[in-house]
Amino acid sequence: MKYAFFPGCVARGGTPELYDSATIVMERLQIETIELSTASCTGAGVLQEKNEKMGDILNVRTLALAEKLELPILVICSTCQGVISQANFRVQKDRKYLEEINGYLKDEGLEYKGTTKVKHLLWVIIEDIGIKKLKESFKTELKDVNFAPFYGCYIVRPSEVLEFTDNPGRENSLEQLIGAVGANVTKYSGRTACCGFPILFINQENSLKMVSNHTGSAKDSGADAIVTPCPLCHLNLDGYQPKARRKNRGDNADIPIIHVPQLVGLAMGIPETQLGLQKHVVSTKNFISSVTQKK
Amino acid sequence: MQVSMRVKRYDPELKENKSWWQGYKLGIHANATILDALIKIREEVDGSLALRCACRASICGSCGMRVNGRARLVCKTRLEEIIQKDGELNIEPLANHSVIRDLVVSVDSFFSKIKEITPYLTPKSEPVTGEFIASNESMENLLKSMNCIMCGVCVSDCTVLEVDKKFIGPAALAKAWRFVEDPRDDEKSQRISYLNDTEGGIWDCTRCMQCVEVCPKDVAPMDRIMEMRETAIRLGHKNSPGYRHSETFYRSVKKHGRLDETLLAISSAGWTNIPRLIDLIPIGFKALIRGKLPPIIPHKAEKKEAIKNIYVKVEKEDE
Repeated sequence: MKYAFFPGCVARGGTPELYDSATIVMERLQIETIELSTASCTGAGVLQEKNEKMGDILNVRTLALAEKLELPILVICSTCQGVISQANFRVQKDRKYLEEINGYLKDEGLEYKGTTKVKHLLWVIIEDIGIKKLKESFKTELKDVNFAPFYGCYIVRPSEVLEFTDNPGRENSLEQLIGAVGANVTKYSGRTACCGFPILFINQENSLKMVSNHTGSAKDSGADAIVTPCPLCHLNLDGYQPKARRKNRGDNADIPIIHVPQLVGLAMGIPETQLGLQKHVVSTKNFISSVTQKK
Repeated sequence: MQVSMRVKRYDPELKENKSWWQGYKLGIHANATILDALIKIREEVDGSLALRCACRASICGSCGMRVNGRARLVCKTRLEEIIQKDGELNIEPLANHSVIRDLVVSVDSFFSKIKEITPYLTPKSEPVTGEFIASNESMENLLKSMNCIMCGVCVSDCTVLEVDKKFIGPAALAKAWRFVEDPRDDEKSQRISYLNDTEGGIWDCTRCMQCVEVCPKDVAPMDRIMEMRETAIRLGHKNSPGYRHSETFYRSVKKHGRLDETLLAISSAGWTNIPRLIDLIPIGFKALIRGKLPPIIPHKAEKKEAIKNIYVKVEKEDE
């Protein structure tokens, strides 16, 4: 299985442990990749606020780079997944617009025909590798560990853009993964809510209320950790959890936010330091010891 | 088919335990909508159940409710589909609205937000020929928002309204867009100024796409909000942290091909906004000791010149 790898900016910046753990896990799963090193940032929907067309040009360029390699794009960030998919959706629906966008790519000798698929590592694991083969790579079962799945926004909405009808497993991909590692899923209110990161620098008060509500509700549901496919959700739920909880619930940050490949890596028996679990703001110590005790 | 469902009840006249879940079992035909089932309960099982509906054809917008935690028009939602997908059926009143009784909510806050955005045309002069002439294209464009039936479904599932009642919200902002875009209106600039400057305006949307997902009429309120952000920037509104955030992001990708996270945090706060900058120190420090402070010198895309060339071309055309 081969993919054009688009790691995104945050996996190489604010959450380096995501990039590292994803690399190890992909290698174990024999996922071959060619990194799209000349691709730009997706704009994360923020650049698009100033100029949506610019965002579309940049993302169609990325789609064209992968198309040239005849490979689907593999992302490890929900926001990258959503934003590239949205651009893809717009040009696939409107050939005239695609032509217009292609006009800006001519100088580089690129032309997008509209055939590239974009897949998050989570979907690649569920759909392309399959739970059965995934389990063969596991060395340990995370029995009696409770996880609260936190999808965030861009990997679940809009479901039309993300082709949920053709791929119904995407709706509960995190639950499938948590089940595969032998752990339990907890029910809480934050499952597909917004983490608040996009307004962190704009309306911090609201952003922190979201962090506090979701991490608090996950804790109340009996979860040992939250697992998320989005590094931006991780940044807010992990980095700002101490401040948010102190301010809004009057308690302490107590729920680690685990990246998808970290969860898979734990089941593969990869040492936690290699997965970068010591790099989180909310300590993962208690979580790791509960994982090892319950094994 | 035999159906089990749970309905969230609320009785304001009870002294305590005003709200509770009540289970119902009933036989109903397989093509029934959730509204059909609720009406059947009211007529045949429990006459005390309060709900609101009128047209039963997704035109009037009266029967917005939450089905398994997601707002929908229940007249447009087939019972069997939901049961097959979720394995259960839990009906609640719309969220972000105050409940009057059972599934009936108050629409007062909804319409106070609509009123806030001046929901009527404000032309400066009388039409020359007796009526205002607008092109077909401009009216077709407005349809996106004019399809809104004010059902409150987007408001119910808005993740910002959940934490901040001051937010104007998706329905009213989509309505505001309709007047900003209308060629017959003469107060576009005042409207945008208000929406840009006011607390709870266009920059408070968190872009979670809930409203886009749940809207039964494809109004896509968030897309309308994003268009108004673009308009605000084009009209020169540079006083908001939202603008600084977007502008810094835009420039960072132009310069490096990638995002400069450190610059984004500082610049969004504002270089002269000392309290906000001080506020960044603890989180920066925590990241530093965990060995994950974003790089001071940002990552760069290979062949970043190609990206810059695209920027130059687009910007030249926009001039």
